[in-house]
Amino acid sequence: MPQTSSGRKQHSGGGGDHSDATTAQKSLQQRSRIIRLPDESDKKSQSKRLKDVEISVPIVYGTIAFWLGKKASEYNSHKWTVYVRGATNEDLGAVVKRVVFQLHPSFNNPTRVAESAPFELSESGWGEFEIVISLHFHSDVCDKQVDLYHHLKLYPEDDTGHQSIKKPVVIESYDEIVFFDPSEACFARLQNHPAVNFAKLPNGLSISPAVFIENVSEKRGDTKDHPLSQWFLNFSEADELLKLAAARQQVQSHIIRVRRQLSLMDGPPQ
Amino acid sequence: MDAKDILGIPKSSFPGSLEKKPRPPRESQRKPDGISRELYALTGGLAPLMPSSIDASHLKPKHQAGNEKITWQWLPFTSSARTDNLQLYHWVRVVNGVLPSGDYSFAKYNKSVDVVKYTDEEYEKYLSDPVWSKEETNNLFDLCERFDLRFVIIADRFPSSRTIEELKTRYYAVSKALLRARSLSPSDVSTHPLYKETYNASQEVERKRALAAVLSQTRQQERRDAEILSEAKRITESRNIIKDVEEPEPSEVVVRSPGKASIPTADCVSPSSSDIGAPTHSSERAAIPQSIRMLRACLRTYVHEQMVQAANSSAGVRTIKRVDQTLEDFAVRVKPKVPTRAVCLENLELRKEILILLDLQKQLQYKEQEASANLDGSYIDSPSTPKDRTFLPDYLGFGGERVNKRDHKRKAPGRFSDAPPSPPLSRRPKKLKASD
Repeated sequence: MPQTSSGRKQHSGGGGDHSDATTAQKSLQQRSRIIRLPDESDKKSQSKRLKDVEISVPIVYGTIAFWLGKKASEYNSHKWTVYVRGATNEDLGAVVKRVVFQLHPSFNNPTRVAESAPFELSESGWGEFEIVISLHFHSDVCDKQVDLYHHLKLYPEDDTGHQSIKKPVVIESYDEIVFFDPSEACFARLQNHPAVNFAKLPNGLSISPAVFIENVSEKRGDTKDHPLSQWFLNFSEADELLKLAAARQQVQSHIIRVRRQLSLMDGPPQ
Repeated sequence: MDAKDILGIPKSSFPGSLEKKPRPPRESQRKPDGISRELYALTGGLAPLMPSSIDASHLKPKHQAGNEKITWQWLPFTSSARTDNLQLYHWVRVVNGVLPSGDYSFAKYNKSVDVVKYTDEEYEKYLSDPVWSKEETNNLFDLCERFDLRFVIIADRFPSSRTIEELKTRYYAVSKALLRARSLSPSDVSTHPLYKETYNASQEVERKRALAAVLSQTRQQERRDAEILSEAKRITESRNIIKDVEEPEPSEVVVRSPGKASIPTADCVSPSSSDIGAPTHSSERAAIPQSIRMLRACLRTYVHEQMVQAANSSAGVRTIKRVDQTLEDFAVRVKPKVPTRAVCLENLELRKEILILLDLQKQLQYKEQEASANLDGSYIDSPSTPKDRTFLPDYLGFGGERVNKRDHKRKAPGRFSDAPPSPPLSRRPKKLKASD
């Protein structure tokens, strides 16, 4: 896989081998200088909002934790990575400007910032805790932040006490960031982005058939060939919808039956 | 120390009492003029709780002993309230030897009602009534005068059996007829209270019946009523919320299909309407309220939680728990695992339908209870409504195991099913007998 930036190389060292936090942060800052997004250029059109348009960005966030085996030191028994990725591993960089991971206060510099996609952070430790993940967006998208809460899990759920070096503990959650009434500039910029969904298109506005133009040199934010991608979970909307449809059908037939019983009771006057 | 003096105990009998002796509170504040020393001492020298601007000028001027000579004397008196001239005595305050004159001061409270009188001639002319004989009417008016229109007593003393309402009706009818007959023009009659506030016997009967019903309620019924009222309040509130949400977005309302009244409240429970039979595609129905849209950016799970809360707002806590339980029975997660827009909408619709179903089941249960109460007033289990009957016949389709589990968990869907219906009214102990 061709690498164009020095930052990425440190993350793709294979397996769970990640840079330590300080160098990762340095490399992230480096990368942020390379990426140039159009959020400064068109401030004028930002004020105009598209009524009833809803942009949603499906994301998955979570942690993957590897046990380092018996030889590892007591306080660094696990190596883990916390991340926010696109649900289909698309690059979130077009929407998300920066992600702040708030770690347990016992870590050095517990507030870690990922300035560009892929938004992730690797650390090592021995304890589980709740990580607050704050998503900051590009200024044309939204000036508010959205917080996610994820509980870092290091030890496998099944209480066998058996830990394996090969198989990590993976906890992921699916969610969608929903933007209401986006600005025109934001709509224009994101309308063909693969990581973004649109709902309730207003009349006269349609997604232009043009393919989202991505600068090839900038395309590094996706997680499609991520070293950890084999551990990513699948989130199937179709399965969920099927289950719901079956349940609704049953409830509706129950409703009809009870209604019939009620009308039967009403029928013959007492 | 005064008590010790009286008892003759030496003052220093208790060692240490001397140094413990509380120092008499120094009068740091000057005692206001016009208050006696004893009274001021009662306040302990503390500032009064209430702002008191005690000023000598506000107080009752003390009678100067030198100017007035007050004596109390045992004197006879007469009262205009008495007709028998009975001579009674009482103590009278006599100032400077001047004896009090005039009527007994409490005689003014001896009020009597002006009951109209009629002559035989007037009775023949205006007052004859097929239901009332003249003797009966005379009797009534005698009693009215004797007991000052206290109709409860009048009804008690009345020789023939007449209800209070009948007696009142007759009395007021006679009074009105006489009033009209004696007046010169109808205009000065119309302002008379007898005409302005007419007596309505049937209304009065109904009022007493309702009062008796309220007063003879059991505690169980009161609780039930309170629950219903609070539920009704919730429903109105939720309707207001829904109204508020829909008003600023008229376009959403247009899209909504007319057959879908999916607010799970009282109006969708008419058993005849069978709009559920053809489930309309109602994803447009679930408009995201403006309050959430104002956030500009948030998570789908948050939007969904808010929408679920809004949909639940008309239901009680127990009902909401039952919705979640039912979802689990259908192997649907209470919180969607993949909360996409479509999944959330479906989840919301499913919840609404479950609410409708639960409501219908409750109705069915009410109806069955009602029917059994009608069939058998004295509450014996009639064969048509066996006690242990489950009101969830629909869930039989889930497989027997689950039905059993469900039956253990909650015996029946309604809130009154556990307790037997209260006994009929006649048996219930009456707390109070409502009367006039």
